[in-house]
Amino acid sequence: MILAATWDTEGLGRAGLELLGAATRLGATLGEEVAFVSLAASGRGAAEQAGAHGAARAFVVEGGHTTSVGEGAVAVLAELVRELGARAALLPADEQGGEVAPRLAERLGATAITHAVAVEVADTNPVWTRPVFGGKALATVSALAEPVVATLRRGAFDPAEATGGSAVVETRTVPAGDGAVEFLGSEAAADGASLEDATVIVSGGAGLGSAEAFSELEELAGLLGGAVGASLAAVDAGWAPPERQVGLTGKAVSPDVYFAFGISGASQHLAGIGGAKAVVAVNTDPDAPIFRSARLGVVMDCRVLVGALLAELRRSA
Amino acid sequence: MHAVVLLKQILDWEVPPQRFRIDQATKRPPDDLAPKLLGPFEQNALELALQLKQAGAVERVTALLAGPAEATEALRKALAVRADEAVHVEVEHTDALDPSQTAELLVAAVRRLDPPELVLAGRQAGDWDHGQVGYLVAERLGWPAVGLVWRAELRDGRLHVWRSGVAGVEHLAVRPPALLTVTSHTDLRLRMGSVMDLMAANRKEIARWTPAELGLGPEELAAARRLDLAGVQVSEVKRECELIEGEGAAEVAARVLERLAELKLLERRA
Repeated sequence: MILAATWDTEGLGRAGLELLGAATRLGATLGEEVAFVSLAASGRGAAEQAGAHGAARAFVVEGGHTTSVGEGAVAVLAELVRELGARAALLPADEQGGEVAPRLAERLGATAITHAVAVEVADTNPVWTRPVFGGKALATVSALAEPVVATLRRGAFDPAEATGGSAVVETRTVPAGDGAVEFLGSEAAADGASLEDATVIVSGGAGLGSAEAFSELEELAGLLGGAVGASLAAVDAGWAPPERQVGLTGKAVSPDVYFAFGISGASQHLAGIGGAKAVVAVNTDPDAPIFRSARLGVVMDCRVLVGALLAELRRSA
Repeated sequence: MHAVVLLKQILDWEVPPQRFRIDQATKRPPDDLAPKLLGPFEQNALELALQLKQAGAVERVTALLAGPAEATEALRKALAVRADEAVHVEVEHTDALDPSQTAELLVAAVRRLDPPELVLAGRQAGDWDHGQVGYLVAERLGWPAVGLVWRAELRDGRLHVWRSGVAGVEHLAVRPPALLTVTSHTDLRLRMGSVMDLMAANRKEIARWTPAELGLGPEELAAARRLDLAGVQVSEVKRECELIEGEGAAEVAARVLERLAELKLLERRA
C-alpha cells in the first residue's frame, strides 16, 4: 500500500491531486494499491474525490488535533501505516507536512525524505530526487529503512487523473494526546488570495526599496487577478508577512506567470518558482541571476515598471 | 531553564549557482569552494535563545554543534553574543552524515549535558535542506516539537510560541521540556557581539567531545544511517530569456502584457 495524506478540506486542491498522482504512479510501478488519508477537520469531500482519482481506500480522521498540532497527525498516520503495511507515506512539502514527516518516520523506525521533486523505481526501490544547497544541486536518495515517509514539492508531479472509481470512506480516530502542545488560535493572512492556487503571482523583493512601493503590488495583483508573493528579503524587511514568502523556505508555487519585481534570484528563491510556466524578471541589474530563469526580462527600475503596468491595466480595466 | 541551541556551520549559502560545484568523488561541494558560516536559521535559533534569556525565561544558553574542527568558529561566534557555554562534538565532515546520524550525535550530547528543558534548532540547515534534525532529536528525547517558530514567551510555566502556518500566524503553547525549530524573522536577526565580548569569547573554553566518548563509535554511527545518497548533480538552468525593451516605461509595460497574451499566459482585456 502507498499512503497519501493531505490537509485539503472541501475537495482536493492542486497539491492534493499531485500527491495522489505521484502515489498512484508509484503504486502502479510497485504493484501496490493507494490509500488516501484526509487530515483536515472536514475532509470528507477530499476523501471522496480521492476515490474517484485512483485511491482504493480513503480515510477521514476524527478527534481534532491533526490540523495545527502535528502530534495528532503523526499518531494517526503511524497507526494507519502499520495497519495497512504501507511501504510509503506521501505528504505535502509544506509547513504541516514538513513538521509531521520526520516525526512519523522516526516513530516507524523509517526514513524521511523531504522536498522530493521526482521519484523513479530502480529494482523495486524508489529513488527520490530532491533539491539541495538552495536548489543549486539535485540529490538522488533512497531509504535504507522502509517504510519511507516522503514530502513532495508542489508543482513537481503530474496530478492524478479521474478514474471513475470510488472508495468507501472509512473513519479513524486520533489517539488522545498528552496535551503537551495546545493550539490557541490563528490569524489568517490579511488577504485571502492563495499563492499556491494563483495563476498569476506578482512578487516583490529588495529592489522595490520600501514598504510603500511593495504595497503597490496589491493593486497590480488585483488587476491581474493574481496573488502577491515576496522574496525572503522583502519578508525580512517587514514589507510582507512570512506566509507570502516564495522559495525553498517559503511556498513553492506554480502559476502561469510569475512577476519578479526587484528580486535578484537567490537560488533559495528560484527553488520555489520552478513550477511557474513563465517568469517575468524586472531588475536594474542585467546580470541578476533571476534573468537566467526568466521567460521575459525587463532591465529597468522595477518601481517604474510597476507604475507603468498599473497605468496600462487601469486604462484597459 | 537551561536552553540548548543546535548549531551548524555550512557552506556560504550565497555562492552563486554558476560557481557552485560538486566533487563527484565525495558527492559534496569541494572544501575550498567558499567559506563556511554559521547557518542562517541557526543564527535565528541562537537569537531566540538569547532573547528568552534576556526576558528571564531561560537562565543559561548552551551552544551545541557537531562538525569538523573548523566549525569551532561558529561556537566562538555564539560565545561572542553571550551564549554561556559551547560544546563541540568533533566529526570529520558533516556532509558525510545523514539527518538521523546527526540527530544521534546531538541527542547523545544533550543527554550528557546538564538536563535542558528547551532545545532550539534551525528549521533546516541551509546546505542539504533536509529540515529533519530538530524533529528527530525531539522524537528521540521523547519531547514535543513545534516547528517554524519565530517568537516565544514563557507564561505560567508554558512556552507560548508564534509560528508561520499554512494560512497565517499560529499561536500555540507547549509545556517544557520541548524542542522548537526556528525560522527567519525580522526580529530574529542575530545580534553583533561587542569587541569586549569577542575577546572574552576567544578566552572561553569550548568542551570537545568525540563521538566515541558519547558511545557512538563508527559501528554505532553507521547503524544510525537511514538515507542512502546515490548522487548529487549541479542543477542546470537553461531557459531563454527574451528581453523586452521600448521607448519609456509605458511602452515596455504594454509590450510585456501583449507578449504574455501572445504566449497565452495572460488574458488581455483590450
